[in-house]
Amino acid sequence: MLTTIHGNKPLQLAAGLGIGFLFGFLLQKGNVTEYDVIVGQLLFQDFTVIKIMVTAMVTGMIGVHLLRDLGLAQLHPKPGSLGMTLVGGLIFGVGFAVLGYCPGTIAAAVAQGKLDALIGGLAGILIGAGLYAHAFPWVSRVMLPKGDFGPLTFPELFKVNHWRVIVPLAVVLVALLAVLEWAGP
Amino acid sequence: MLSFLAMAEWSPYVVGLGIGLVSCAAFVLSDKPIGCSSAFARTSGMLEEMYRGRQVREMPYYRQFVPEIDWEWMLVLGIVLGSFTSAALSGELHLEWVPSRWAAAFGGNPVIRLVTALIGGIFLGFGARWAGGCTSGHGISGTLQLAVSGWLAVCAFFAGGAAVAFLLYGG
Repeated sequence: MLTTIHGNKPLQLAAGLGIGFLFGFLLQKGNVTEYDVIVGQLLFQDFTVIKIMVTAMVTGMIGVHLLRDLGLAQLHPKPGSLGMTLVGGLIFGVGFAVLGYCPGTIAAAVAQGKLDALIGGLAGILIGAGLYAHAFPWVSRVMLPKGDFGPLTFPELFKVNHWRVIVPLAVVLVALLAVLEWAGP
Repeated sequence: MLSFLAMAEWSPYVVGLGIGLVSCAAFVLSDKPIGCSSAFARTSGMLEEMYRGRQVREMPYYRQFVPEIDWEWMLVLGIVLGSFTSAALSGELHLEWVPSRWAAAFGGNPVIRLVTALIGGIFLGFGARWAGGCTSGHGISGTLQLAVSGWLAVCAFFAGGAAVAFLLYGG
């Protein structure tokens, strides 16, 4: 049944829209459409972003792996390498701090009336993504293959059942939230 | 129920729980992890195609990320509509040129803020496509799949972001 749904293109476009609607609704309710909140996180003054992300990680890692064990979901881990993930991630970090939004939260921020996001940030992201498409032949030849590890997951790396990673990791992440709640601003 | 939907802000734990469940729904209904940044790459390709024509689709990158509306593009459109609805329900739709933290540190001149946002956006878009994902695709979907790439990316995003934020705001 699920594969029939997955193969129905108009239905999938509608599903993407609906899932995005809920995601955007939540981002706005979480206040991460605010430059002040995102930059506050990067300055370690406001921990809203980390609290949301860590709660989503714990919920999602338990939920998605449970669904996978039940045969209702498949994993799609992205490939990576040091030259791709680390270098690209650091470049992203520069933009994250200077712009004060990320690609998901900027879409939500624009909808709420943030004009720096709409006129400055959105144009910048489109230019940056377009420049990358032009740099791609060089980047993919020279940089992306460095330190390649492919679509590896931690259970594969440690050669253990996924729950042996999820349970201790979830405990550590929930403890982190407890510490933030107890000590944080 | 309506008063809950009209609240200006929800607990970050409620929001995080919701995003985790929405991620699960994306895997089941669409067999896809949530992500945002490839939609910007496709849009950029569509805009370039308006000027340079079909040859844009021959570029190696746009052969992988065909400049067309796909699931993730609709997801980003959905984010816009969802956030608009949420902000409308709580009366938080306001036009704002300069965020208050920025104004307190660098003044209220909108041109300076717009130029900085543009430059930041260029790094963000370039870096997201280089890394193969953003705070959604790597930061949430990658980490919850226990992907090494997701965890490495999220560390790099926050390390680079914190370093530059401290430089900008002088610690």
